[in-house]
Amino acid sequence: MEILKFITAGSVDDGKSTLIGRLLYDTDAILADQLEALHSSNRKNDDGSIDLAILTDGLKAEREQGITIDVAYKYFQTDKRKFIIADAPGHIQYTRNMVTGASNSDLAIILIDARKGVVEQTVRHSFLVSLLGIPNVVVAVNKMDMLDYAEDTFNSIVNDYRKLAAKVDLKQVTFIPVSALKGDNVVNRSANMQWYTGKSLLEHLETVEITIDNSGSHAYFPVQWVVRPQTDELHDYRGYAGRVLSGSLKVNDHVTVLPSGFTSTVEQIELLDQQYNEASAGKSVTVLLKDDIDISRGDILVSSAFKPQVSQLIEADLCWMDTRPLDISQTYFIQHNSKLTRCKIQEVLYKVDINTLEKEYSEEFKLNDIGRVVVKSAEPLVFDLYQNNKNTGGAIIIDSRTNVTVGALMFRANAD
Amino acid sequence: MSKYNLDYLDELEAEAIYILREVAGQFEKPALLFSGGKDSITLVRLAEKAFRPGKFPFPLVHIDTGHNFAETIKYRDAMIERLGEKLIIGHVQDDIDKGNVVEQTGKNASRNALQTVTLLNTIAKYQFDACIGGARRDEEKARAKERIFSVRDEFGQWDPKRQRPELWSIFNGKIHKGENVRVFPISNWTELDVWNYIRRENIPLPSIYFAHQRDCITRNGQLMAASPFLNMDDQDVVERRNVRFRTVGDMTCTAAVESYAFEIDDIINEISESKISERGARMDDKVSEAAMEDRKKGGYF
Repeated sequence: MEILKFITAGSVDDGKSTLIGRLLYDTDAILADQLEALHSSNRKNDDGSIDLAILTDGLKAEREQGITIDVAYKYFQTDKRKFIIADAPGHIQYTRNMVTGASNSDLAIILIDARKGVVEQTVRHSFLVSLLGIPNVVVAVNKMDMLDYAEDTFNSIVNDYRKLAAKVDLKQVTFIPVSALKGDNVVNRSANMQWYTGKSLLEHLETVEITIDNSGSHAYFPVQWVVRPQTDELHDYRGYAGRVLSGSLKVNDHVTVLPSGFTSTVEQIELLDQQYNEASAGKSVTVLLKDDIDISRGDILVSSAFKPQVSQLIEADLCWMDTRPLDISQTYFIQHNSKLTRCKIQEVLYKVDINTLEKEYSEEFKLNDIGRVVVKSAEPLVFDLYQNNKNTGGAIIIDSRTNVTVGALMFRANAD
Repeated sequence: MSKYNLDYLDELEAEAIYILREVAGQFEKPALLFSGGKDSITLVRLAEKAFRPGKFPFPLVHIDTGHNFAETIKYRDAMIERLGEKLIIGHVQDDIDKGNVVEQTGKNASRNALQTVTLLNTIAKYQFDACIGGARRDEEKARAKERIFSVRDEFGQWDPKRQRPELWSIFNGKIHKGENVRVFPISNWTELDVWNYIRRENIPLPSIYFAHQRDCITRNGQLMAASPFLNMDDQDVVERRNVRFRTVGDMTCTAAVESYAFEIDDIINEISESKISERGARMDDKVSEAAMEDRKKGGYF
C-alpha cells in the first residue's frame, strides 16, 4: 500500500478545517471518544450540527481564535491508500508554515470559496505550491451549497484558475466542486451536482498517480554516520550509514566520494542482519566499500558515471522564515541533507510579490519574503537542481546566533 | 519523501532510521527514552538497524515511577541484557524522597505528572542534549502539531508558537547550552503501523499487551489493574477480568481493555475494528481538553 502525503491550502473562511474534518468523518477515521469530545464541545454550526473544524485545531490558542496557527499532521487510510495530511494555515503571516507543510507533499488541495472565486490568497497558495514543486494540484471549489450548486459559477472559477495556473506554471490541475459542510463530493458523490461527472475528492486522492521523480537518476547517498564497532572480531569494520536519496546503489558499483573525488567499489550493502544486492531510493542502509578511504558525515557517495553539480556558488529561490530579517553581511549556516557548513547570501537578484507575482528588486528580506538569491557556501555542496530532485536540491539556512531555521533554499542553477 | 518504490512499512522504517542517524551525527550527548511500551520497543529495534554492528551512540533512559507493571521491568532488564547497551534509570521515588515533588493524594492519585520533574532532573544530571522518544502524531491533537526535532528550552518547555520550520528531510539540531531537543523518529506512524511493524519484525513484547486474567476494579468507567499503588477503598469491587493493555504507563493511570487477543494477529484485528482511540484509555489525557498540550509545555514528553 502506498502513502500519499498532501497539503491543504486555504484560509479559515474557505472551510479548510471543515473539509479535513469531513474527510476524516466520512471515512470513519474518527473514533468514538473523539466523536464524543466533538459532540460535547460548545462550538456548533449555526444549524446546530457538529463543527468538524474542531478536529484539526490542536492548540488552545487555535480553538480560542478559531484559526490554525501551525501545521498539524493527520493520518487516515482507506482500503486503497494511506494518507498523511499536512494541515497548514493559509494566512499570509503563516507562509513559512505552509512552505514547511508543502516541502514534503505529493499533492496540494487549494480551496476556493465559490462565492468569492479566485482571490489574492489563491494566487499566493498556487505560487507556493509551484515554487515547492508539488506535482499534483486539486482545486476544491467549496461552499457550492450556498450557490444552489450552480454549474455556471463552477465553470467560471475553473476558467479563471486555468489562467492563473498557466502564469505560475502548474501543469496537473484537477477541479472538484464540493460542499465540505454538507459533504457533497468530498467522500461521497453529490446528488446535488448531477452535472459534475468527475471523481469525488477522496476517489481522486485514492487513484491519482504518485509521481516517481527519482526513477532513472543516478545513485546519490549522503553519509550520515560512520559505523565503527572497533571490537576484536570487527576490528576493521567501517560501514557508511545513510539513506539513498536518488537512483539505486548496487554491490560492485563504482562509486565516487564527493567532494574529495576518491573512488572505490561497493562491497556490501546491509542493515542489521540483512544483506542486499541493491538499495533503491528511500532506503536507509549501511554501505561497505572495498577500499579504506577517508569518508565522514556530510560526504556524498555517487555512482562514478554520475556528475552531479558541485559548487560553492549557487543560485536559489529563498523563502525567509524568521522575524529577524536577512542580514547580507552576516554569516549563516547552510544545512544540505547531512552537510553543515557556513554560508552568506552573496547577492539578492529579485524578490517576488507573492500576491501579484510581480518581481521587484530589494535587498530587504523579511519574514515570509520570497525571491531569488546567490548563496555562497564555505565548502562545496554536491547537489541537484530542485526541479530535478527535491531531496538533493533543497537546503535550509540557520542563524548562527539564534540557531533558528531562518530560510529555505531551492537550488535553481549552478552560479559558479 | 514518499516517491520511492517502497512498501509503506519500509518507508516509515527508512525515515525513522534516517532520523536516528541524524541524532547520532548532530548531538554530543543523546539518549533514548525507554518506557517499556511498544513504541519505545520499536525504537530500540530501529536503533539496532541504524547502528549495528556498532554500539548505540546513546544510552537508554527509563524514568521509573515505581508504579510500573512488574512485567514491564522484567522485559526491560532482559532486553538490556540481550542488547549489551547502557541503561540509566531515573527514579521518581528519589525526587519524592528529596522533596522535589509531592505525591498526590486522594483516590485518583498518580505519579504520572511527577515523572516530568524526574525526567528534567535526569536530563540535567547527564546533560543530555537530545532525547529520542516514541511519541506519534496520531496519538493526540497537540502531538499532531509537533515537529520531529522539537526544541525545548532550559526549563524543558515546548512553545508551539515558536517551532522551527521543518523542511524536506533536513533536521536542524542546533541548540544553545541548556536547551535540548526531543526527537520523535516514529512521528508519522500510526498505532496500527507500529503493530504491523512489530508483527513483521517479530519483536517480542511485555506480556501485558496480550490478553490475560487480572484482578481489576472499575473506576470512572475504566478498568484499572488492582495493585497496591492504587488508592482503593470499600467501594472498589475487585473482579477477575480477561484484559490486555493498549499502552504501557504507570499502573495508576493506564486502563485495561476487555480482550481475548492472545496473539499479535488478534490484537491487530482488535485495533482495526476498535472505535476507541489509544489514548482513550489514558486517564491523564482526560483532565481537560488541553491536558496534553499543558503537560508538554511543562516539559512532559
